[in-house]
Amino acid sequence: MTTALALEQLLNGIQLGVMLFLMAAGLTLIFGVMGLINLAHGSLYMVGAFACATVAAWTGSFWLGLIASLACAAAAGAIVELAVIRRLYDRDHLDQVLATFALILIFSEGTRWLFGDFPLYLDIPALLQGVVTLPGDASYPVYRLAIIAVGALIALGLYLLIGKTRLGMRIRAGESDREMIGALGVDIRTLYTLVFALGSALAGLAGALVGALQSVQVGMGEPVLILAFVVIVIGGIGSIKGALYGALLVGVTDTLGRFLLPQFLALFVDPSEAGMIGGAMASMLIYVVMAVILAVKPRGLFPPAHA
Amino acid sequence: MLTRENTVNLVLALLLLVAPLAANALGQPFYVTLATRIAILALAALGLNLALGLGGLVSFGHAAFFGIGGYAAGILSSHALSYEPMMFGLSGTVQMPIIWIVAAIAAGLVALAIGAISLRTSGVYFIMITLAFAQMVYYFAISWPAYGGEDGLSILVRNQFPGLNTMKPLSFFLVCYVVLLASIGLFALIRASRFGAALQAARQNETRVATVGIHPYRIRLTGFVISAMVTALAGALYADLNRFVSPSMLSWHMSGELIVLIILGGTGRLFGPLAGAALYVAFEFALGGLTERWQFFLGLILLGVVLFARGGLLGLLAGKAKHG
Repeated sequence: MTTALALEQLLNGIQLGVMLFLMAAGLTLIFGVMGLINLAHGSLYMVGAFACATVAAWTGSFWLGLIASLACAAAAGAIVELAVIRRLYDRDHLDQVLATFALILIFSEGTRWLFGDFPLYLDIPALLQGVVTLPGDASYPVYRLAIIAVGALIALGLYLLIGKTRLGMRIRAGESDREMIGALGVDIRTLYTLVFALGSALAGLAGALVGALQSVQVGMGEPVLILAFVVIVIGGIGSIKGALYGALLVGVTDTLGRFLLPQFLALFVDPSEAGMIGGAMASMLIYVVMAVILAVKPRGLFPPAHA
Repeated sequence: MLTRENTVNLVLALLLLVAPLAANALGQPFYVTLATRIAILALAALGLNLALGLGGLVSFGHAAFFGIGGYAAGILSSHALSYEPMMFGLSGTVQMPIIWIVAAIAAGLVALAIGAISLRTSGVYFIMITLAFAQMVYYFAISWPAYGGEDGLSILVRNQFPGLNTMKPLSFFLVCYVVLLASIGLFALIRASRFGAALQAARQNETRVATVGIHPYRIRLTGFVISAMVTALAGALYADLNRFVSPSMLSWHMSGELIVLIILGGTGRLFGPLAGAALYVAFEFALGGLTERWQFFLGLILLGVVLFARGGLLGLLAGKAKHG
């Protein structure tokens, strides 16, 4: 094992973590403010990816596609909030799970109807093609580094938005006492729609960015959604800070586990068997991490102070 | 006592028996298989209903137990047919009763581990954690190549039940039907027992249960384990029905569908899972015949039920559930 390879895997882990953060931030924000569990968040990720791939194919510009992904996912989120989600805030979690599960079926089959069964492909924009050389003679794709940079910017942006702006103040107020903020004259319904659209836009952006690395297809959001659940459970549901740390922890653990476990086992058993057992163990690793964290801190690493 | 709900239940139970008998007499084995599917899905949802309906534990991970049951059937029969011993030199088997016991014990042990951790939390945490653990089992099944991995495992010959030819659709249906009715009876017994009362009380008011000296955690964990065992039994039958078991039995869509069955039928009600499973299979059959995209419409219907028609089919037919 060379340091170059290890560095590359570490960066891959961070890149996965950043993607998970974009998903988890929206989920945790929506739960924190509205108390809603949204299974259909993965569908909005898919909407973003499809919007980006379609617009990029029409116009030939990845950047326009990226804008389209934000716009489409935000619009889809706002429509869903107005039509369905709004009726679920006062319901129990079971109803929320079922209704958003129904939304997944509708989104997935609807997308299949519109785009067919075949995956779409999205090319990495010319500006971000190629590799950079890292210390230790490692080379790493520029595009993946750009994703990490985007994630860092979004994390900073969210911190500023929630910590320093009037909208952020209202969001925080909505988290701690929704009756009071309504009584003070803030239009809470519009605020909820805005928060939902913001979370959706982040999911759509994640989908578009990942779409250039993988193929764009129906169901692409589901594995990411479940990892994002693991992230926010680890981080503490409702905490953006928890989502950031949780996402990086899950991303790095998962990637390095898949890389290191087979090699580690190869010291004891023969390589093919080590690959098999190591692969199976690595796929379970993040859930074991989750279980251990929950055994120690049942409310996650950074539980929100209230509730 | 022949209340309206009991009458509806009785009609449902009889319909599920008479319809396949008639179909078989008319030489339509396909409908017998459809009825078998209903009985097995109803059994799986009945298991979940113990946790979800009585205990208020919204487990989004029961596919794990369903799949473990399925894999128990697949693995035991594959070893029996190939005469290869399993670990510890045990041999496989094609006898359903033994398979069922193994399936229930295996799922019960996994449920004990998952439940012990998940039940430390509640609400949304519980939903997400059960989902995550089920995914863990799912990814394990995919990446473990010994039993087919992603491709799944075929059961070459349906497992046997003493004295019956299970390859005949009607015989296999009757096995499933009897198991379903016995399990519904078990559910009714549990619901009426002291344990069932405590489980329901823990759902309604945890603090009061603790105040009278009952540990809600232990009650819930017991309920969760029994629930998983019943669902695993259904999984073993489902694998035998399809003569195939694959990671898709473990997927989170399956967990979602099990919850959907309960809601379509009516949460916490004795025959809710059966009503829900019948409705679901009927939708699947009717809509699936019309369009390949039937799940789109299933989504719309489900959304309608959740938003506007709480209480499900039994709520519609038999009125509101009695307090309990």
